[in-house]
This record gives sequence, structure tokens and C-alpha cells, in this order.
Amino acid sequence: MLGNKRLPHPPIHGTVYGVLLNAQREWALCEHVMHESPYQSPPSAPVLYIKTANTWSAHDAAIALPANVPSIEVGATLGVVIGEPNANDSLHVSGFVLLNDVSIPHGVAAQGFYRPPIKYKNLDGFLGIGPHVATTSQVPYPNQLTLEVRINGVLQQTVDLQTMRRLLPQLLTDVGAFTPLQAGDVLMLGLDVCGQGPEAGHRPHARAGDVIDIRAPQCAALGHLRNSLVQEAA
Amino acid sequence: MKHARVMVHGQVWDATQQSDQLLLADGRLVGFTDVQWLPPLSPVARPRTVLALGLNYADHAKELAFKEPPKEPLAFVKGEASLIGHGQCTVRPPGVKFMHYECELAVVIGRTARHVQPAQALDFVGGYTVANDFAIRDYLENWYRPNLRVKNRATCTPIGPWLVDAADLHASFGEPLQLALQTTVNGKVTQSGNTRDMIFDVPTLIAYFSSFMTLYPGDLILTGTPDGVVDCQPGDVVVTEIEGIGALTTTMIDNTPCNTSNT
Repeated sequence: MLGNKRLPHPPIHGTVYGVLLNAQREWALCEHVMHESPYQSPPSAPVLYIKTANTWSAHDAAIALPANVPSIEVGATLGVVIGEPNANDSLHVSGFVLLNDVSIPHGVAAQGFYRPPIKYKNLDGFLGIGPHVATTSQVPYPNQLTLEVRINGVLQQTVDLQTMRRLLPQLLTDVGAFTPLQAGDVLMLGLDVCGQGPEAGHRPHARAGDVIDIRAPQCAALGHLRNSLVQEAA
Repeated sequence: MKHARVMVHGQVWDATQQSDQLLLADGRLVGFTDVQWLPPLSPVARPRTVLALGLNYADHAKELAFKEPPKEPLAFVKGEASLIGHGQCTVRPPGVKFMHYECELAVVIGRTARHVQPAQALDFVGGYTVANDFAIRDYLENWYRPNLRVKNRATCTPIGPWLVDAADLHASFGEPLQLALQTTVNGKVTQSGNTRDMIFDVPTLIAYFSSFMTLYPGDLILTGTPDGVVDCQPGDVVVTEIEGIGALTTTMIDNTPCNTSNT
């Protein structure tokens, strides 16, 4: 276990963007409704959302679940930190950080991906960040990392970033084609669903009292992101 | 009081309106055309939350072929990097068939708001300004609609020129706000409405958002647009104006850099 020194602030300062349906496994599960109402057709360009600053939780911080929210989805992913513009003005990466993109459960079948997900994704504290930003030289092969999600110490999910539909640098190029990315902004590489076990087809669920750990076993430099969940009083 | 944020000779200044001039924080008076106008917003330490409403006027909802008004606000988040100031240029990407303005009352949060009741909500407003929340409908997809490719693009959210103190605006126009709103393209009126026709008014929106997310000083709520959006071509001059607040001018350009700075 790493030290429990509490960081006063998350180690990022820019706008945090997420990408819907970047995991091949989740895409395949949704494909059967992509041509139906209200979606009509599969998305052609990256579908983005923003995790606003009110959602930011530092490593080791407790994340509060509103009284009417019994459980949340754990969204383990890697965040790409955008660097200062270079001579040829192309987008480049200055670092990587572990993220837990927490959501109130919502899915494609109940039309949960039709409207912007603010009420599911932008609650206070709903983005675990950290413990720190690793440099690009510390993370030479980001596409090849796996992320392990443990809830109360039990392995619940292994996210294989190599199975994302858009990998780096393609994802950055496709998002940057229409998004005003600035130095310090963070682009999340996508969330996956569980491949097996009781939560196959969903992201892992967690409840108040649970402790969530996310780490990349091949890359110690990223550290180990831990957040606990607490229930807010009614 | 009407506040602005401007660049003069490469330096950024807070300014206030002094009849037909700007009073800079160092006491200088400069003309409106002698500055580059920036969004009239003080910098914030963390990324500013920019919330925007879709379908918040009954007539616009009808225009966009929705069967009934929404039961809860349809809101999305934009990045602050999409904002530009008054008198700047908005890029229409090549090959686009339908790109339109949206004249919107913009609410600037004045103090931290969490679990605010509608009756108290206006106490949390610092001021009001005008936003033009451009949309490129060619890129619309039914995933997190309106998707950010339509709505979150560099130069596509002009805002300003003035931030008007909430107390002043309410002293002059009362509560709730009933402000005439209009857009002209090359001088011809193409959109007109009134903020009283919002489906979810400002207090309701602040109560709704603050029920699950804390709003911080400087955060923005763009409250939606009424009927009457039309396509804008490079060269068009678009002015979105709201009574008592100001007139926000944008020039449409094709995909070339724009430099209207006098610095």
C-alpha cells in the first residue's frame, strides 16, 4: 500500500474531456440498438463529455454519493495531459494520470446515451484523479497498459487499453480536429465494461463504504489511485 | 455598472463603461474601437464550468420538431476554450451547410451555490452578459445530443461585450427578467424573442444544477435561444443583443486566422 498522504488539490488544472463508447467491448454490446430510435445510426466522430471542476476528487479523498444514489459505476481510465504547443503546432502529450470517471449508472438501452450526461457524470466529487501526473518517458507505451480495478481489495475489472477503438495518437488527432484542446487539458482514453464475472457487460458497481483502487501493474510511475465512497445524509 | 475585460497594447485590463468610452483600471479612458474585447469574465483558478441549455424556449423547441417541451432542462457542458470576446471572428469550417447563431442570456455565478432553492437563486447571480452559442448542425449526432462537435469549437462561443451587475439589471428591469432579445445578420433582424418565454427560468436553472453540482463564482449558464435561427456565411456580421445588457458583434470567416487586435 502506498502512503496515505493527502494531496490538497488534484494534480491537473485543465478541462477534462471523456469519450463515449471507445471500448470495443462496450461498442459491440451497444451495436444492436445503434440503428434504432433515438440513436438512428452509430456515432461517426468521437462523442465527448466534460468532467467539470466540481467533480474533481484528489487521490485518497472520499467521494460522496447523494442520499438517493445507492451505487455508482467505476470508470477506470488513463488521462492524457496535453502539453504546450510545439514548433509545428501539433498536439502533443506532456504526461499521463490515472482517473476514476464515476457515473450514476445509465446505459444505451434506456436511452441513457441520447442526451448529454450531466446528471449522471457531473456530480460533486465524481472524478478521482491521481495520485500524480507521470511524464511521457515514464509511460512510454500508454496503449499497452492494463488497469486493474479493485473494490475492497478484490479484483473486479481489468481494462485493456489496447482494445480501445481509437488509440493514441489517433484519438488525440480525431478529438483535436474539432475540440479546442489547450495545454493542461486532459483527454480520457475511454471506459470499458467488465468482460466476465457477475458484472460482465457493465462497469463495476460500488456503494457507500467501498474503497476503490485503480493501478496499472506494468507502470509503477503512475502510482495507485484510491478513493472511498461515503453516503451523503438525506 | 457595466464591466468589460479588454486588451490594450498587449496588456489585459479590467474596465468599466464610462458613457461611450472604457475606463481602465489605471484611470485611462479609451475608445471602444481602440481595444480588443475579451470575454467579460475574471480568470478562475480551475476550469470554468460552462453550462448551456438546449430547447429552453417553447417556440425554438417547436421549430426543432420536438413533440413536447422537455420535462427537465436539457443541458450540456462546453469548454471555456470555446469562448471569444466581442468584435472577434467566428470560423465557419469549409464544406459546412448549416451553421447558425443562438442569442442567449448568459448568467455569471457570483457566489458558491449548492442546494439552492429557486426563491433564493437570484442571490447567487453575479451578473449577466450576452452569449452567441453557435451550432454547426451538419455535425449533429444522436449521441449525447447536442454533441460537442456541434457545440464546443474554437471561436464558436462569442460572449460579451459587457458583464452587467445583477443588482443593477434587476433594479432597472425587475424580477423575473423580461428582456427583449434579438439577432441581426448584416443589419437585418432574423431572430427576436423575450427572456420571459424561457421554459426553465434563471432561478429554476440555478436550483436544478445546484441540486447535484456546486456552481462556483465565474461559472456560466447560457440559458438557451428562441425561434429564428438562420444559416450564416463567411463575411456575415452577426449581432446578438439583449435589452439592458448589450450588443455582441461577430464576423463570420472561413477557415483562416482572424486578427482584429489593435495591439
